[in-house]
Amino acid sequence: MSDKKQIKKEQIIQSALELFASKGFYNTTIPDIATSLKMSVGNMYNYFKSKDILAKEIIKHISIYLGKQLREINEQDISTKEKTRKIIEVYFKTASLKPEMIDYFLRIYLSTREVFKDGCEGMICINEFVTEIMIYFEEGVKCGDLREQDFFSAFGLFMGYLGGMVFLKGENILPKDLDDYIDDITFNIYKALSVE
Amino acid sequence: MKMRVLWLSAIACNGNTHSFLNYPYIEQFLNDFEFIYHQVIDSAYSLEDIVLNQIPCDILLIEGAISREFQRADVSVIEIIESYSKIVQKIVTVGTCATFGGIFRESDYENTSGLHFNQEKSLGNFQDILDKTVSLSGCPVHPEVLVNTLYAIKKSVNLKLDNFLRPKEFYAYTVHNGCTRNEYFEYKVDNHKFGELEGCMYYDHGCQAPYTHASCNKILWNEVNSKTRAGLPCMGCTEPKFPKQNLFETKKNMGIPEYLPVGVGKRTYLTLAGITKAFNIQRLQKKLFDD
Ligand code: SF4
Ligand code: SF4
Repeated sequence: MSDKKQIKKEQIIQSALELFASKGFYNTTIPDIATSLKMSVGNMYNYFKSKDILAKEIIKHISIYLGKQLREINEQDISTKEKTRKIIEVYFKTASLKPEMIDYFLRIYLSTREVFKDGCEGMICINEFVTEIMIYFEEGVKCGDLREQDFFSAFGLFMGYLGGMVFLKGENILPKDLDDYIDDITFNIYKALSVE
Repeated sequence: MKMRVLWLSAIACNGNTHSFLNYPYIEQFLNDFEFIYHQVIDSAYSLEDIVLNQIPCDILLIEGAISREFQRADVSVIEIIESYSKIVQKIVTVGTCATFGGIFRESDYENTSGLHFNQEKSLGNFQDILDKTVSLSGCPVHPEVLVNTLYAIKKSVNLKLDNFLRPKEFYAYTVHNGCTRNEYFEYKVDNHKFGELEGCMYYDHGCQAPYTHASCNKILWNEVNSKTRAGLPCMGCTEPKFPKQNLFETKKNMGIPEYLPVGVGKRTYLTLAGITKAFNIQRLQKKLFDD
């Protein structure tokens, strides 16, 4: 794909994300997205053949975005506890800088399963992100910091907690900034997963 | 001309001898090779003759782990090796104990190891015979691997060896290559029960074949079968670290196998695993034959 086409694709993804976040997934149409970009609907379809295809591309885009940052953390020579903290920081930073991304992940990807049934089976579409989480866990167990357990019980604990906090923040229920909870959350997650 | 072979047994269980006796064409073999000494097969000399003299000989086969303390007929096995290694064309370590130390490395004898290796560590001794040695690991070694190596020596074939001096012809492959369960491996199906036809044993049952160098599924045992075809995990008996512990369990860290197939990076493996796990292939979930 040419650079120009790639840039356009990313622009579409970004404005679709923003529209989905403000108007909701079902209430947003391809023409809405086209209008917001001052594109013709016909041209839009040159990039994405349907809203479902766009939806899948968006979740892959988010997964690659988060996965890249987690990979940088995984490749640092730091303790599992420090990695835990950095992953939480990255997640919260994304939630405040690009709230539409986390919002999409929680509200659309996780709860609109029928859209992702074909082509996003299992965790294929969030593979980059999940792979890095797996490596974080695996290396933690290997160096003796984390307790060996089923992947999903650990994954659920980690992501469920973070997702829950971002959700509370989004609903304006949290009295403080997300960052103010990082110390406590790091302590809780690490304590729950560690061998001690 | 028959080639003259000395089979020297160090700290061993004779497993390689038993394996060798199952070689289907042993008669032919004995037309081409002659044992000047073998502890089980009739041979021209007694052990005393062998250790007290230096009987002319072409190939020295060493079975069993080696320790300075260990003697045969009151002579240190090291001395016997030193004496014969000078006159033979080739020295062959037969089996994992003679090659890496194997299970007898854990024995009471001090400093027990293989001839040139202590597990993966290469030892400094016997440097002068290093380029004469061929290692045939395996617990026991496959009789065809042994016999075919001996014929290669007889025919002066230039054997290409790996870092542990093993002929690549037999050890460049992994046991995984040729297993009838490869399809189950690809789609991450481990619904295995011992002896059954279905399922791959890598994910839960300790199969070490994807990182074990041997020809077991290419050259079948007794010309009919292999461990993994029959439904028993490969235990990695040709590798320096054999025997590991918990052979029927796959060591995992948070669900990810600790040892990945040779040459496969962790990220790549996880990416592929994530994709193939998403398939749900009915055919591979069911028994192959209805009862
Ligand atoms: S059972 Fe072992 S050898 Fe066979 S496919 Fe699975 S991992 Fe490979
Ligand atoms: S299958 Fe594995 S354990 Fe069995 S003989 Fe071959 S290398 Fe050894």
